[in-house]
Amino acid sequence: MQNRELVIIGGGPAGLSAAVEARRLGIEDVLVIDRESEPGGILKQCIHTGFGLHIFKEELTGPEYAERFIRKAEALGVEIMLDTMVIELTSDRRIVAVNGREGLVEIQAKAIILAMGCRERTRGAIKIPGFRPAGIFTAGTAQRFVNIEGYMPGCEIVILGSGDIGLIMARRLTLEGAKVRCVVEIMPYSNGLTRNIVQCLEDYSIPLLLKHTVVNIHGKKRVEGVTIAEVDDEMKPIMETAQFIPCDTLLLSVGLIPENELSRMAGIEIDDVTGGPVVNQRLETSVPGIFACGNVLHVHDLVDFVTQEAMEAARGVASYLADGGKKYDHIPVTAGEGLRYVLPQRINVEAMTGEKQNFFMRCARPMARARLYVESERGVIESRLLSHVKPSEMISIKLGRDELKGVKMLKFILQEEGDKIECND
Amino acid sequence: MVDVVIIGGGVVGCMIARELSRYQLKTVLLEKEDDVASGTSKANSAIVHAGYDPKPGTLKAKLNVRGNPLFDKICSELDVPFKRIGSLVVSLTEEEDRVLEELLERGKKNGVPGLKIINREELLKMEPNVNKKARAALYAPTAGIICPYELTIALAENACQNGVEIKLNSKVVGIKVVNNGELAVMTPTETIHTRYVINAAGLYADEISKMAGAEEYRITPRKGEYLLFDKRFGNIVNRIIFPTPSKISKGILVCPTVDGNFFIGPNSNDVTEKDDVAVTPEGIEEIIKGAQKLVPELPLNHVITSFAGLRAVSDTDDFIIGASKKVRGFINVGGIQSPGLSAAPAIAEMVLEILKEEGLSLKEKRDYNPERPRVYKFRQMNNEERRELIRKNPAYGRVICRCETVTEGEIIDAIRRPVGARSLDAVKRRTRAGMGRCQGGFCSPRVIEILSRELGISPLEITKCGCGSEILKGRTKEFIETGGVVDAK
Repeated sequence: MQNRELVIIGGGPAGLSAAVEARRLGIEDVLVIDRESEPGGILKQCIHTGFGLHIFKEELTGPEYAERFIRKAEALGVEIMLDTMVIELTSDRRIVAVNGREGLVEIQAKAIILAMGCRERTRGAIKIPGFRPAGIFTAGTAQRFVNIEGYMPGCEIVILGSGDIGLIMARRLTLEGAKVRCVVEIMPYSNGLTRNIVQCLEDYSIPLLLKHTVVNIHGKKRVEGVTIAEVDDEMKPIMETAQFIPCDTLLLSVGLIPENELSRMAGIEIDDVTGGPVVNQRLETSVPGIFACGNVLHVHDLVDFVTQEAMEAARGVASYLADGGKKYDHIPVTAGEGLRYVLPQRINVEAMTGEKQNFFMRCARPMARARLYVESERGVIESRLLSHVKPSEMISIKLGRDELKGVKMLKFILQEEGDKIECND
Repeated sequence: MVDVVIIGGGVVGCMIARELSRYQLKTVLLEKEDDVASGTSKANSAIVHAGYDPKPGTLKAKLNVRGNPLFDKICSELDVPFKRIGSLVVSLTEEEDRVLEELLERGKKNGVPGLKIINREELLKMEPNVNKKARAALYAPTAGIICPYELTIALAENACQNGVEIKLNSKVVGIKVVNNGELAVMTPTETIHTRYVINAAGLYADEISKMAGAEEYRITPRKGEYLLFDKRFGNIVNRIIFPTPSKISKGILVCPTVDGNFFIGPNSNDVTEKDDVAVTPEGIEEIIKGAQKLVPELPLNHVITSFAGLRAVSDTDDFIIGASKKVRGFINVGGIQSPGLSAAPAIAEMVLEILKEEGLSLKEKRDYNPERPRVYKFRQMNNEERRELIRKNPAYGRVICRCETVTEGEIIDAIRRPVGARSLDAVKRRTRAGMGRCQGGFCSPRVIEILSRELGISPLEITKCGCGSEILKGRTKEFIETGGVVDAK
């Protein structure tokens, strides 16, 4: 049994950022465990640009962004254990991990940061009818085949879902010589960043069919085509609009799910809406000494925000190690009308790690102009005007310690302002 | 010249192959797909039924009740998990109460042990998630669950280990009587001369029988669709939960799997094509509605996959098992629909009796080994065993499939064992890599890499389930040069 001060599970952007920040804050012993042969997580296969605009004020590729943190981590003496998979996690912070070199590795940690990221929603999860031939990939798996392995998953492609990875892959596969027939999105708006719609679809004249879905997959051995149809306001397919689109490949970009199997094993409370742990102001889960950040906590739009959140988790760990795991009461933070969720789900104002507390949230539907209200038991304590909010883009707001002092609850509400405007972007 | 050719590598064909492997015989099994258990045996309800359902006096009744108790020994010899969890037929109306009585009577006539009707309170105590409107249930303690393809693969491996030759990708295209007492079985690549042919061709048994000039009958494919749920909800029910049966099927059930998931289904619809395993939106709706009658609160957001299987339904409404009166040495084992899996061990016994009657002499082998070498399953081991295994071979310390915790060592084993895996689905059926909640999203590139390395072929040649189902279309840069229309090879 090894005794370690801080163990971070996952060496992607969240884990690496947390490790670097933890060392900067003076935590001596930081171990990152990652299941792959190289650190960097999913960034390794994200060879497009667009990373780092907020953190570095530069436009980097995924591997470049990861590389900066890997170098810093190495320079700061962070230990990274690769090819190692954590298979057990307990609520008293014991870890069992496995690799081919050491066999089973047992670790007792003082603090743990969960940074396992997320996985892609599958065909089964969205119950697409039809056959089960070769040629159906999640967008991220296709991305790995193309960018890491150097293989093409298909020649003629239909993409279901307009999540960012799907949009990025539409462009990537086009550049590699494949024909992307269309991107089909069941919602009346895209689930990707506006910049990706423009740069990955519009620039290559790839049609985006909103309010459409795939209703059948054809082909017994290999995909031979899909039937798509428009959906009504209840998202039920209108079969009169059904049309067959020949293709040999269907990519799915239909959402990401935080990977919380280990968290559940440790008995950590999970939020049904985010799919990630319930956390407090310092991103500590319901199990003392176990923290969470990045896509395992909630799915992010930009990696820069993952880094910011991971730094917050590292500060949380530092404060936990400093106060010896002192118990705090929390006030509830809830999402009201217009919002899907707000994070953290509970806070203690006295124990905030900085002068300001960051709150992350996602809206329930696109709004051209909206006002965000923050209510306490005393009424509205803060309001902000926001423009062009979309469910695909996170909203964040900072509230100061003074504003929050003495409140017994917080509720965030997003109300559309002015006439409803059709949101076309 | 061989003694016996078995056509069909489903559970029935492989069970017969293993039975024959006890004796000093030359036996060949021909399977048209790239793996055994590729038809009905890979997609069904995975249940070893107690035997109260089939009509007394039928082969179905007799062989089901005889087959059920044989599973414990077979599964322990083959290192295949089998759980005798029991089943409950739930009644929701007064009329259905009467059906329970009928089933109880029928079960007694069939010789099913331990059947009893339990009241609502007992039922809800045993199964708290079952519909509160339930009135009573028929409890059958001998019913069990098993993984049908795991069993079939294990039977094939053990048969192979004992000298049966298993030829995959070998579709039978012709059967001829050469002379009295000799038959010729043709595949696209060879002709095999044999004294006996056993037709265990599942959905295609009617075509094979006709091809040989033997008795004519008809097999109709009857589709059943299923939804499989995440392991997190595997204990929503503890036993197999049936509705009262209809004329054509045992109804849509809620059932745990031996691997810890649970499924709902199947519905029951005749289709025209024998490879129509497409899932339909109406079908999904039908099984959800059906299952909700038994268990109203289903975690529908945690479905990991849907699939469909086909029952091989004969026009005689019973199994068709017997020596042909028209073609000497040709034995039909057709129409093996439910309870075919449960009856399979007894079917094999019966087929051996028929072969004896038809003049085949069965001399036992001295070196027959009924035990299949152990299959390492990392996820089921304790940490001591894991440590020991990794010490022997570090490949067991490299986790490839995260959802099901499958290691590289297990995948290599699956490829190198007898009747080894040659495709992604074959690896999946042997190891569960890709069967979890991410459905192969993370591990399929790694499994392709391992298959390609082990088999010494290009990743471009790796298939999902045999020729025509290649997964990748070309190398990236070649693709642009050829205008994006290169073929897999």
